[in-house]
Amino acid sequence: MSPFFMIVIFVISTIVGYKLIRNVPSLLHTPLMSGMNALSGITIIGALSATGAAVRTGNRLLGFLAIFLAMLNVSGGFAVTHRMLGMFRQKEAQNE
Amino acid sequence: MSDMVYYILCSFLIIGVLCGIALMSKVKHSLKGNLLSSVCMALAILITLYKYNIMSDLSLWICIAAGLVMGLWGAYKVKMINMPQVVAMLNGFGGAASAIVASIALLENQTANLFSFITGGIALGVGTVTLTGSLVAGGKLQGILPQKPVFWKKHSFIISSSLMIIVMSVLAIAISGTDRTILSVMVALCVVFSGFFGLAFTIRVGGADMPITISLLNSLSGVAGAIAGMVISDPLLISVGGVVGASGLLLTQIMCNAMNRPLKDILLGKSTVGSQGTGHGNSDESVTNISEQEAPEPMNSEKETQKTDPAAILSEAKKVIIVPGYGMALAQAQEQVKQLTDKLEEKGAEVLFAIHPVAGRMPGHMNVLLCEVDIPYEKLCEMDEINPRFKECDVALVVGANDVVNPAANTAIGTPIYGMPVLEVDKARHIIICNYDLKPGYAGVENPLYRRKEGVTLLLGDARDTIEKLISKIQTGL
Repeated sequence: MSPFFMIVIFVISTIVGYKLIRNVPSLLHTPLMSGMNALSGITIIGALSATGAAVRTGNRLLGFLAIFLAMLNVSGGFAVTHRMLGMFRQKEAQNE
Repeated sequence: MSDMVYYILCSFLIIGVLCGIALMSKVKHSLKGNLLSSVCMALAILITLYKYNIMSDLSLWICIAAGLVMGLWGAYKVKMINMPQVVAMLNGFGGAASAIVASIALLENQTANLFSFITGGIALGVGTVTLTGSLVAGGKLQGILPQKPVFWKKHSFIISSSLMIIVMSVLAIAISGTDRTILSVMVALCVVFSGFFGLAFTIRVGGADMPITISLLNSLSGVAGAIAGMVISDPLLISVGGVVGASGLLLTQIMCNAMNRPLKDILLGKSTVGSQGTGHGNSDESVTNISEQEAPEPMNSEKETQKTDPAAILSEAKKVIIVPGYGMALAQAQEQVKQLTDKLEEKGAEVLFAIHPVAGRMPGHMNVLLCEVDIPYEKLCEMDEINPRFKECDVALVVGANDVVNPAANTAIGTPIYGMPVLEVDKARHIIICNYDLKPGYAGVENPLYRRKEGVTLLLGDARDTIEKLISKIQTGL
């Protein structure tokens, strides 16, 4: 993939993301952040492919650490977001 | 799997993630949005394993499982008050993972051209800065490190020279090409100085400016991922990293606007160097030390000079606006606030909450704490929405907030908070302030509300005790 194309993808995603995230109410900013934490764990796919292709033992060990950290990020981020969003209750739901 | 198929799958996953974020704009759909994003993430992992033919590599699965279990366990255990630290740590892990990806790609000669060498160096730097910056931020939030900004001698010089070294090491990585020794040395140099840079720049940010720092680190963790994606030419990583970067940047911007301070000042630690001098930045400490000191009599002498009893005022109030601040979180008074709310609502009062964007230690911190104790989110109002309503409310009850209600922000030119939009509690008919003491808030600017004689009741002491006493007084006053 050409560098130019990659930078275009980056710029477009940034702009689209910015527009979408602007609609998130400040009420949800903490879950938004932890959700974004989880998403930044997407680097796990880089960790997997790099580790899978790595031949030197030291690099493989580093890769294992990266996979572990990224997965921690993904699962912890999504789970904690889920927990928080579950707390946001509506009045009606409470009275039921 | 051919590249074309992979790119098509990636674009579906990216759309899925974006839809997930779009669903977050309504509280009702937010849970679905989060689930959608997590499903996309799981698919992305599976597709990657399949694409690189590493499905059968058991060691990878073990690492995934370990991370998964640890993450879920941690998420289940964490207390909501510690959320800022958790987010900081997760940012750091994400940054670290991206830095490692970049370093493996560099050291394993997986990098093919100049572009990937340069991006590899940058991803390494940004990822490491995110890691150490987040560790320091987390340490400050957890109270392991001092909350006050720490200044070193020639701090700015140290920071700019380490930045220079990072830039040079990145360039060296780019031109070192296939020479492994130089490459390894430069990678190590880049990691060491980036790590140091992250430490140096977060250590001089004060506790109350943490919302901004965390948002910025959040953005950096995304950017690190996106650049790592450029190293290994993965569109999914680039795109999602870009989205996270944008999100963090947006939150940083919102926080800066809410404090009316340029980002530069906060990063330079100017925030708390107020012209007011005495006692600035102390309020945090004194609140933390609640248990060590003898708490002052909650219903203090000012009550006597005023004929009106706060409990009586609250009992009669028809419209009450509660303004929570970080002090409420420190005193763990959320449950008491909820009980008081129930009590007042029983008496037919309308109770709303005014949430300042920078109240607490991270964006939206107060909302999460109040929702945790079952306060419906419709009652939590943003600043612009609630400010016009203060003038028609009977009582504004301030719980552990100071700077965000300080009317001096409109008048005290030259102070750190001048021009910062504040909650206009001074418009309310009566103000009850439940703060620990009368010291100026984090920004070090004295609050004129404390000196006002009419319409202000000060209830000093631990917010939890104070509110408990208020509740029992209201009850017995029935």
